[in-house]
Parts: sequence; structure tokens; C-alpha cells
Amino acid sequence: MADDPVVTEPGVEKERRASSSADNNGKARWLRQSYEPATAHCSERDVPFITASSRPVEPLYTREDLADRGLSYDRDIGYPGEYPYTRGIHPTGYRGKLWTMRQFAGFGSPEDSNRRFRRLLESGQTGLSVAFHHPTLVGRDSDDPIARGEVGKQGVAIDSLADMEALFDEIPLDQVTTSMTINHPACVLLAMYVAAGAKKGIERKVLAGTIQNDVLKEFIAQKTFVFPPRPTMRIMGDVIEWCTAELPLWNWVSVSGYHIREAGSTAAQELAFTLRDGMEYIQVGLDRGLDIDDFAPRLSFFFNAHNDLFEEVAKYRAARKIWARHMRERYGAKSPRSWWMRFHTQTAGCTLLDRQPRNNVMRVTLQALAAVLGGTQSLHTNALDETIALPTEENAIIALRTQQVIAHESGVTNTVDPLGGSYFIEALTADLENEAEEIFAKIDELGGMVAAIDDGYPQREIQESAYRYQKEIEAQQRIIVGQNALTEDGAQPIDYLYIDDSVEAAQVERLTALRRRRDAGEVQRALDGVRAAAGGDDNLMPRILEAVHAYATVGEICGAMRDVFGEYHEQPIF
Amino acid sequence: MSDKHIRVLVAKPGLDGHDRGAKVVARALRDAGMEVIYTGLRQTPEMVVQSAVQEDVDVIGLSIHSGAHNYILERVIELLKEQEAEDIVLVVGGIIPDRDVERLRALGVDAIFPPGTMTSEIIDFIRKQTSHVAA
Repeated sequence: MADDPVVTEPGVEKERRASSSADNNGKARWLRQSYEPATAHCSERDVPFITASSRPVEPLYTREDLADRGLSYDRDIGYPGEYPYTRGIHPTGYRGKLWTMRQFAGFGSPEDSNRRFRRLLESGQTGLSVAFHHPTLVGRDSDDPIARGEVGKQGVAIDSLADMEALFDEIPLDQVTTSMTINHPACVLLAMYVAAGAKKGIERKVLAGTIQNDVLKEFIAQKTFVFPPRPTMRIMGDVIEWCTAELPLWNWVSVSGYHIREAGSTAAQELAFTLRDGMEYIQVGLDRGLDIDDFAPRLSFFFNAHNDLFEEVAKYRAARKIWARHMRERYGAKSPRSWWMRFHTQTAGCTLLDRQPRNNVMRVTLQALAAVLGGTQSLHTNALDETIALPTEENAIIALRTQQVIAHESGVTNTVDPLGGSYFIEALTADLENEAEEIFAKIDELGGMVAAIDDGYPQREIQESAYRYQKEIEAQQRIIVGQNALTEDGAQPIDYLYIDDSVEAAQVERLTALRRRRDAGEVQRALDGVRAAAGGDDNLMPRILEAVHAYATVGEICGAMRDVFGEYHEQPIF
Repeated sequence: MSDKHIRVLVAKPGLDGHDRGAKVVARALRDAGMEVIYTGLRQTPEMVVQSAVQEDVDVIGLSIHSGAHNYILERVIELLKEQEAEDIVLVVGGIIPDRDVERLRALGVDAIFPPGTMTSEIIDFIRKQTSHVAA
């Protein structure tokens, strides 16, 4: 077919050159003869034609844009399930299996969250995703003075194995997959999950799920850090080794661009910083002497789905291609499973508005569509009220139904990578890839990601992009419905979930009772074991698991590690 | 017009790391000619009030997303009273549910700016509240 976007597929290339010379560079001619006269007659709208990342967009993309970028179908685009996986990691796309619908949930007490989990599973959700409250995220207990006012507010309060057992009460851990958003204390919460499984008589080798454990992104964007960068990379090495040996079905990391994007980065920065963090973790495993094909297949990714449909789709496609190429060429992985960039997606919380909040459903729908068109393996769709509070049950179910409508009614799952071959999508995919490579080069120049974080490079870049985005909104160069245009007077209140302070009192009481009940000597010995492993070379995980079984708390175990590793304090810059 | 600038302390209490808003606002205030001191993350009410008094600021801007606004703001206001520093303008941005807004305003929070607020609106408010100090 003469119009095939693919410029160097045998036969097509010759035809392309012929048609190109025949129409005397078609795009330039079209711009001159058709587009420009048309704009002289009726001028373009007075807005910048840019993506959500401020990338200029041309009026039209043609096969020449692919030729200009030197794209080859076989080398750069290829087929689903085949290297470089630009079009997807599975040959069957969603014809074989839909993505996992995995709604992030957690609030209040472990019992509150357990009820929500069971409700979501009954409603057709296919995987669990745990949101922990902030004290847990920063390795502190609910009765720590710095936890005042935060207990159970933005996630579930988990202080000890007892809470973890309550959280998964009557949930068959050998039949669901569970994702846990926890980073610097990931080693502790993973041990608690394994221990909770053991209490139900479930062997750890059948446990399947993901621990976020993306320790570097904490310094770059999410900022729920505990330990300094170098100790976190040592802990990471211990987790990789332990999971590779003990938890064959467990993803030991979910390298996350989500928070980088929420902090204000562009799509290309999200792509580059995330993939580069992933490469840093691969190096940690290699430095431990592991065979890359033994641990790389259990590295997974987590991306944001922002407003710009095509840019987001191109981002996921570029991520697959870049990862496959680096894993094969730079790191010498032999197994296709090591080349696969598998990812979870969450729609962009930062795009939701508290004004005309019901419009958020439409934003979430478009963002979720981008994730699906980009071939995501699992998806969280935000609820319409998530800019105000954690979702009510009603809004959480609407969010889940949004995915189900896309899956079953829109038709986009019938064919694999439906946007593949679009001149615009392929050009954007190539541009994002090139931009990411430029950022990798800059990070390599700085001496790798840890050195780049010390330098403040990714932090500064993200801040610049966030400020530019805000200025574009304020100058009305970017229209946000209901925020800087198309506004409505008067509040439009919706019901939302309100976590009151009784949760805190109850959780503190429960923790106090636990501290009285458990064997204090055993706890002390176990914590000494954690401290000794932290100070030496032994893997931390077996010692942490012992401490967890002794009902030592998150704050106590992280405290033992803080004694050795110290605590990270960010140099505030703006 | 005095050449004294409006001095603003921008602080991020709570254990969460959502500092995008605080940093964007800090930068917008600085670009508007104000002197901005940004404290960084995980500030306790004690740290906030101590910095505000030491730095002799006209305005405290707190960015709160962690759900701990009731505890944090009550304590900040209490400490400002103890320090006889209630003349400092107290503005808050972030996620504050409607049902807490009125009570916090009554307690002494001068303004609460929800997500989506234009920085120009915050700048105008601060200028009005500190009209005794020229920007």
C-alpha cells in the first residue's frame, strides 16, 4: 500500500521515494498550496498548538515525518510480542487477556480497608492495591509524635503484622495479586505480607504481586523518603536478592514515573527519569552477581496517564522500545522477559479539579483510554472526588466502571496497538525516545542517577516544568475547563469521605495493647538482629522477617535501620 | 512607598511529599517581588512558628495535603498567640475539606486556597492584607 507509514519495509520504501519525488515533497507542497491559503482565509485559533508537555504540534503528520526521523518499520516499530515491542509485549494485546483493573485503596483502620477491598473484589476488580497512610510511608508508628493528625487519613494505618493480618482477613492471598505502594520501608511491609500469608498457611512461592520499592524516585518526586540514597540502594540489593531466591512471582520493584509527572514533569522527563532509575536497579542486581535474566523479568513500571491522549500513548510505546533496546544492547539480557517493559498506569490526580468535580469523570475516561491504547498491563482510574478526599464507595465504583466501559463497550480492545502506524503517533514516539536519550546522556555525564540526585538535576528540571505549566494556565495559553475558563459560579458540593480523628485514637490504643501483649525480649533480640545486619553485609530480609513475626512495628524496625543508615533530609530549593 | 519587601514564609507541614504547590506558589510570590523563605518538607507547627518569628515575616503560607490540617493549624495558631505574633497573616493552600474550612477561618486562618487557585489571586490577597508593607 503506497500510503504505508512504514518507510523501509521492503518494497514500500521504493514506492515511497517514487511518490515523494512525484509530488515534490508532499507535505511542504500541501502546506504551501492548501494549508497556508486556508489560514489566510480563516486564521488558526489564537492558541499555542502544544501538548500537555508544551511540545509544539504540527498541523499535519505524513510519511515524510517518519522518513525524516529515519524510522524503519522492522527495526523501530515491528510487531506486537516481538522485539523491540513498540507495539506491545504480547502478540495478542487485549484479545487474549484484558488489563488488570487494580484500584488503589486504603483508608482508616485495617478493618475499614478490608471492607473496601472485599467490596471492590465483589464488583469485578481483579487485583488489590494498598494505599498506606503517611506515617507508615515514612517508617513511623501511629503513636509517634510526628504522626499526629495523619493516622488513617490518606491510606490505611499499618503498624504491625497484626494490622496486616486484619487488612487481608478472609482474602485468599494465593488467588489475588496485591500491589503495595511503599518505598523506603518496602522491605518491612513486604516481610509483613509474606508473614500474613504464612499465618494463613500460604507458601511464599505462590504469592504474586508488586511492591513499589522505587527508592530513588522518593528523592526526585514523591518525597516520602526515610534513608539517604546510598543505604537505600544497599537495601534494594538485599530485596532483589531475597525476592529472586524466595518470591518467584513477586515484582520486587515498580519503577514509578507517576509521582514524577504529578510533581510537574513533562512526559519526556517522566519517561527518562523513570527508565533511568530502572537501569540503576538493574545495575544493583548485577553488582550482587545475579544473572540479569533471573531478576530483570520481575522489574515492573508504573506510569502516569495525563491529559494529552496522543502524547501519553506515544510515551508508553517509546518506553517499551527504549527498555527493550537498553536491556538487550546495554545490559546483555538474553531472555525476552527481561526486555519486556510491563507497566501499571494511574490516571493523573493532578489534573482533577474541585470545581465542577463531576467533569473529572470525563478527564479520567480520556486518560484511561490513553493507557489502554498504550497497552498497559494494569490500570487505576481515579475517582472524581480524589482531589478533595479519598474516594467514597460510590465514586470508587464509578471509577472502576469507567475501565469496564472502555474494556467492553468502546471496541478499542479488538485489535492490538490500534494507533500504531499513525504518522503522528510514530513521530511522537520517536521524538520522546530521542528526548529521553538526551536526558540519559546528561545523567550519565553527572555519574548516574544517585549523583544526579545529589546534584539536584532531576528535581530542578521537574520544578521548572511545573512552574511553566502553571504560568501557561495563568496566561490562558492552556485552557482548563472550569479553572481558567468556562467557570461556573457557586459551589457544587459533592459527598466525600471524611476520616475523623477517632481512627487515630483507636489505632494508638490498639498499638499500645500490642506492645503490652507481645514478648518484649523477643522483639528486642529481633531488632538487634536487624541492626546487626544493617551494620554488616548479611541480607536484611531474613532479620526483618523475624522482627515482623515477633510483632515489632514498622517504626521500630525502620528505627533500627535508621540507627545505622541515618535519615535523609532534603535541601529545600525552589 | 517604602522599599521594604513583603516577607513570606512558605512551609510544608505534614509527612507527605506533595510540594509542587508550595514550590510553585513560593516562586510566583518571589517573581511578584516578595521575599520568600521556603522551609522544605515535614515541618512541625513548632518549627513553622519558630522560623516565622526568627525571620520576622509578614505572612505564613502553609501547604497542607496530608489530612492533618485540623491538628496543624490549631497548633500553629496557638503558638502564634503564645509568641504574640498573631499579626502575621496566615494563609493555607492544599486539600482542606469544606466542612473544616469555616471552623478554621473562625479560628484565625486568613484565607484557604483550594487546588486550582491562580497564583495571581494569592498574590493579590497577600498584597491587600499587608498594605502597610509595600511590595
